Amino acid sequence: MGSTSAQHPHDGLGRRDLIRRSAALGVIAVPTMGFLSACASSDSGNKQVEKGKTSAANPLGVKENAPLDVVIFDGGFGDKYAVDAEALYQKRYPKATIKHHKTQKIQTELQPRFNGGTPPDLIDDSGAEQMDTGVLVGKDQLSDLTPLLDAPSIDDPKTKVRDTLRPGVVEMGQFDGDQVWIMYYAYTVYGVWYSRSNLAKLDAEYPETWDDMLALCAKAKKKGVAGWTYAGKYPYYIPFSLFPFIGKIGGPKVLDAIDNLEPRAWYDPAVKAAFEAYYELYQKGYILQGTPGLTHIESQTAWNEGKALFIPNGSWVENEAAKTTPKDFQMAVAGPSSLDKSDKMPFGTLWAAGSEPFIVPKKAKNPLGGMEQLRIMLGKEASANFTKQVSSLSSLRGGTTGLKLPPGLSSAVAALDKAGNNVLNPRLQDWYTDLNKQRIGVAVLGEMMAGRMTPAEAVKKCQAASDATAKDDSIKKYKHR
Amino acid sequence: MQHGKYRFVAGFLVTPLALYAIFVIWPFIQAIYYSFTDWTGLSPEFAMVGFKNYTKLFSDPLFWKSFQHSVLFVILLPLVTLSLALFFSFMLNVGGRQRKDAAISGVRGAEFYKIAYFFPQVLSIAIVALLFQFAYNPRQGALNGFLQALGVSDPPEWLGDPKWALWCVMAVLVWSTVGFFVVLFSAGMSSIPRDFYEAALLDGASRVTTFFRITLPLLWDTVQSGWVYMGIMALGAEAFATVQIMTVGPGGPADSTIVMPLYVYQKAFHDGQAAYATTIGVALLFVTLLFAAIVMRLGRRERLEY
Repeated sequence: MGSTSAQHPHDGLGRRDLIRRSAALGVIAVPTMGFLSACASSDSGNKQVEKGKTSAANPLGVKENAPLDVVIFDGGFGDKYAVDAEALYQKRYPKATIKHHKTQKIQTELQPRFNGGTPPDLIDDSGAEQMDTGVLVGKDQLSDLTPLLDAPSIDDPKTKVRDTLRPGVVEMGQFDGDQVWIMYYAYTVYGVWYSRSNLAKLDAEYPETWDDMLALCAKAKKKGVAGWTYAGKYPYYIPFSLFPFIGKIGGPKVLDAIDNLEPRAWYDPAVKAAFEAYYELYQKGYILQGTPGLTHIESQTAWNEGKALFIPNGSWVENEAAKTTPKDFQMAVAGPSSLDKSDKMPFGTLWAAGSEPFIVPKKAKNPLGGMEQLRIMLGKEASANFTKQVSSLSSLRGGTTGLKLPPGLSSAVAALDKAGNNVLNPRLQDWYTDLNKQRIGVAVLGEMMAGRMTPAEAVKKCQAASDATAKDDSIKKYKHR
Repeated sequence: MQHGKYRFVAGFLVTPLALYAIFVIWPFIQAIYYSFTDWTGLSPEFAMVGFKNYTKLFSDPLFWKSFQHSVLFVILLPLVTLSLALFFSFMLNVGGRQRKDAAISGVRGAEFYKIAYFFPQVLSIAIVALLFQFAYNPRQGALNGFLQALGVSDPPEWLGDPKWALWCVMAVLVWSTVGFFVVLFSAGMSSIPRDFYEAALLDGASRVTTFFRITLPLLWDTVQSGWVYMGIMALGAEAFATVQIMTVGPGGPADSTIVMPLYVYQKAFHDGQAAYATTIGVALLFVTLLFAAIVMRLGRRERLEY
């Protein structure tokens, strides 16, 4: 939009004359042009606050009286945990004024601020309107969070923040180089979610092999209960249990190849084996009738009502479905069942990864303040408060010690312990959003699970979609390192 | 004196024209300009890339799919909606049985129907879409509840099935817009002199004949502008809202409901490809202009004075 600034009224004599002649036009035109050129960006008026004095209590050197501007995604987690954490910031820096804003429309509201060069200091870039962090990094719009990671943690001056985080969190925030652009604050466990009490009604526990899974589904079907349901309207929930299944069968390399958009990645036998296993659920009628037309909420509710046993989901489901979950539901999560003995990874292999990406814009007025706020949030006090309020793990390792956790979350912690180092982290969903959601999730997996596409066709279509993304040079590419 | 008059008129026109230029013309020019750049929408920096976005557009199968659906919308929706609205308003105004006090009248309860038809117009399209999403729910939805009560054992999955989804969306759009046109056409019909109908009736004309020989020709201008209006709704905001709120994905299943405005939105606000989105927007502009031109051209008739 650089061109519009040339039309600013103060630029040329001719324009000034014109405006003087027709006052009516001028009255409207001046503010409008000013508005346009403001939205058209230029760094004018954007002065970052100076660095304050560093001290043991203030290792980042935050300027004490500088205002802090925070924008929080108001989704499943709400924003109370952030407000509480801001109160901790206020306690440390009483002279600072904190501007807190919550919204569900992250991109709609923040896009103009990025374009205008006046973004906030800390953003929870999450939800359906998440801003593509790859694009933001590519366009040099974010601050490198390395100073934060190398700062001492808030609880222990001897430990760096970097060393207090759960596995994979730092790597997830990196793109090409060593810089860390994103701090994933929540830690999500993905997998097959079920109710211990509903399985107990069938005298069953979570099936460790796929044969047991099919047998259990058959048993349930006789009692009029479906084996599986999923968010049919948003079929990109299926990968939450399908991708770790693929990884378990063929090893993490298969998932890495898929993430790297390699030319024959989807033709790996592990992919087809996993697809065929899931397709069998459809063929044998183990999927809840009507599932392809259900939203995530509707499918979770049916699952809560005991109409289906299993649902692919992430650990946010406990909080999201809290209202419809019966008291004795005993929600639990497990990794994918073993397909057969030749699986490359043992039962217990789990997909766990950081979520709820926080970013500090490069052109923020008080980027150090934004990082300090993250440092506070990654402390034990704020993290425990987060876990208590939203029933989710934070990225702080051991952040749950001493807390009484709800059933789903404590099962997630147990599953993480069981998994040990066998934690998978497919990146398709944050690297190639459109490919993952629309091209593979909706256009292929949704169709296959509704029985309108065979696994063989599905594999072919996934590869075609992946190839199309690989070829599209307007999409930034990433590679596992 | 003449000279002064023009200056006087121009003085009045300056403000509205300037407003129009700034808020209508200028955004158009900007959008076209951006379609020649690689603007992501997330940072102020961008470079000119010439016709790259346009070549990409022509080889993008998803664009052509959205194009097909939008064209289907713009052809079918006005046809169905306006035909229904014409039929309803004819029945409400002149289609009724002959009664003592008036030779020409609507069916019994016409006043009530008029209000009932207009109801959906009061609701925002977002609410309508949400309500229908519940109605189409394959498990607890009203529609399948009704079908199951009738004894259909395997009712369709409606929005979950690519064969049905697009028609489901269209049905919602027809339902929510037909009332407005019923009221519009009713107003137009009430200004047609009653004598014409009475004369036709005396000559023994049937209702169908009176409709095609009297009502439609005299209402032609209203129908034509309604046609353009409905077409623009089918191409733009209305179609976007229903697809975005109701459908799988949205835009699915299997891309069966993707329409041009949705594709613009997804590219601009999900994929960080604002420049490509404006390119699709420019294509949408041409489709809209073409549609309006065709309707105006086909609809040109001699104006009847009465």
